[in-house]
Amino acid sequence: MRLSGAQILLECLVREGVEIIYGYPGGVVLPLYDRFPQYPQIRHVLVRHEQGAAHAADGYARATGKVGVCLATSGPGATNLVTGICTAMMDSVPMVAITGNVARNLLGRDGFQEADITGITLPITKHNYLVMEAKDIAATVREAFYIASTGRPGPVLIDIPKDVFIEEAEFHWPEQVSLRGYKPTLDGHPGQIKKAAKLIDNAKRPVILAGHGVIASGGAPELRALAEKAGIPVITTFLGIGAFPQDHALSYAWLGMHGAYYANHAANNADVVIGVGMRFDDRAMGRFSDFNPTAQIIHIDIDPAEIGKNFKTAVPIVGDVKRVLAQLVQEVQPNTHVEWTRWIDDLRREHPSFIVPDTDGISMAYAIRQIYEATRGEAIIVTGVGQHQMWVGQHYTFRYPRQLISSGGLGTMGFEVPAALGVQMGRPDKVVWSICGDAGFQMTMQELATIVDQNAPVKLAIMNNGFLGMVRQWQELFYNHNYVAVDTKQALCQPDFVKIAEAYGIKALRVTEKEQVRAAIDEAMAHSGPVLIDFVVEQEENVWPMVPAGASLAETIDHPATAKKVRA
Amino acid sequence: MSQKHTLVALVEDHPGVLNRVASLFRRRGFNIDSIAVGPTETEGVSRMTIVVDGATTQVEQVEKQLYKLIDVLKVSDITGDRMIARELALIKVRCNNLNRHEIVQLAQIFRAEIIDVTDTTLVVQVVGDEETIENLLAVLRPYGVREIARTGRVAMARGAVSTSVEPEPVEIRQFHRREGRMPQKALPFVSD
Repeated sequence: MRLSGAQILLECLVREGVEIIYGYPGGVVLPLYDRFPQYPQIRHVLVRHEQGAAHAADGYARATGKVGVCLATSGPGATNLVTGICTAMMDSVPMVAITGNVARNLLGRDGFQEADITGITLPITKHNYLVMEAKDIAATVREAFYIASTGRPGPVLIDIPKDVFIEEAEFHWPEQVSLRGYKPTLDGHPGQIKKAAKLIDNAKRPVILAGHGVIASGGAPELRALAEKAGIPVITTFLGIGAFPQDHALSYAWLGMHGAYYANHAANNADVVIGVGMRFDDRAMGRFSDFNPTAQIIHIDIDPAEIGKNFKTAVPIVGDVKRVLAQLVQEVQPNTHVEWTRWIDDLRREHPSFIVPDTDGISMAYAIRQIYEATRGEAIIVTGVGQHQMWVGQHYTFRYPRQLISSGGLGTMGFEVPAALGVQMGRPDKVVWSICGDAGFQMTMQELATIVDQNAPVKLAIMNNGFLGMVRQWQELFYNHNYVAVDTKQALCQPDFVKIAEAYGIKALRVTEKEQVRAAIDEAMAHSGPVLIDFVVEQEENVWPMVPAGASLAETIDHPATAKKVRA
Repeated sequence: MSQKHTLVALVEDHPGVLNRVASLFRRRGFNIDSIAVGPTETEGVSRMTIVVDGATTQVEQVEKQLYKLIDVLKVSDITGDRMIARELALIKVRCNNLNRHEIVQLAQIFRAEIIDVTDTTLVVQVVGDEETIENLLAVLRPYGVREIARTGRVAMARGAVSTSVEPEPVEIRQFHRREGRMPQKALPFVSD
């Protein structure tokens, strides 16, 4: 069957099971857009900025586990995807980004809207392609989806010059993918599994650090089985939240810069640390040189390059987390660690860490707790980046994988609005709340239009403290209270978010009093369409506990309220 | 004395592969002394010989990160006694009628060849390890070295052990034909 390059691409996307593409048209992708009406199976969603397309595809992928797809034209369209692609790369999210480029005879000549997007995205994609012939499109798309979704997932970019969309070629759907340079190891080495099991069986104070890889591999049930059988406390990373039910008796919240005091100390006092699908990142582990020097580390990850990158590992196990954990459950002996868990329990009683402060105004922690209660802990929560993100981690109790959608590695402000759209479209059966910062919201608020177009019933809660809150906290603590370029309420322009929402035709509420919080949340829940709530919250709250940048986990500064009580 | 490691990477002969490797080294801050690229015994596969300074760079990370590139097929660290390492250099030296013969004799000691002669210059070609080339350069410098072109190290292990890839990855191809795109079974290659 002879088809144009554009048709071949769309035929391939249909066969890959793509239902939604987030995109923005432009000159060089017009031959592709021209063919969209022939493929009604694929829903094209027009975003209002290409960054939104990438984040929406990312949110869709994180919420569903499927590959998210975004599409942009050449030049500025392609470069606008960059932040979103890098966000997906840092958090190992399966994504395929498709860009058009200038016609082949113009490549490399700096023509109108030419950008070397394969060159630009080289270090921020798992792999990328410049397709120079229509006959290569099918195999390329096949490979791209395979690479994006297998092994350690990640974004793959396909760049296609304009005339390749027009060129005709014979269409063959390749039955197999043959990539001799890409062979992810899935099963853990039996010898290593035995070694790890022995180490676990002999451990007095073991702890599991569960990361995003547990969620990505679908290994949450196996993780639970291992923790319960061997009686091991589970601490997650921030992105690992949801990998283990936080209301479980063996759950000890999450560790890191703003993690729980007791989680940080438990990790730091363990004799065996089992890192599962996580990468021992600096935000989680504190100063590398001082992290628990006596612990033996077992590291399970699908990416061999992560093992030994930051820490010396006693037992490395390369493989798919789900499979390795299943193997490990078979090998370990049933066990309990009563003394050890009691030690952490006592620490938790003395240092509860995640405290809702007693304030006259609305504290963010209070508002988030109220959202948790109103949604009975069943909503999918999308966040931006900063203080509100940390408080969501602290005050919403997550029980399911893929329930918290947040940019961890890259820390992309503005992720919350477009990602929430993608999450809601991927999970129309779920209530989706996007907890936004008042600053991050303004970075991508143009996607409110897309939310309206799609009638996505996303509930947007702006935690409006009139500051770039996390930056302000650092300026207060580490730069002598010298506030520079952070005061968006008094010194700088702060728009009226209610009016903005209303301008887009979105129902909007403003909440200034504590007593109104729950009613506003209930009203938002009762409304069938999207709703925006502008929570005017306490201006200068700080997130505690905190591990100052460059400090060790042992130096975790506790919540001031607790610190006082413990001393007295 | 030296912590130099010689890595051999076999890569797909695709456009931009060298760019991917170079970009990786730059981004991760890996220090490399030299890199030499050329074709191999297998069609479609290129060989890169990379010399890394183990004192400043974690060599194991270099290997693992290289493996993450889809176009990289095989990486081995062949550093050790069993390695043959050679480099070729072309050296253009100033000369005149009085010292030309002397330079030719010096070159012969190093088993170097004279490739080109004019009344004012000689081009010397030398093949050897880096030390040999440095020594030759040291004796030629007093005459006036006008230009140097060096290839960087190429290397392989002595004996029957070889760093190579099969031309046709039959197992993988058959496996994917059987299992489809998202295999539930383990791939035939499982690392140990």
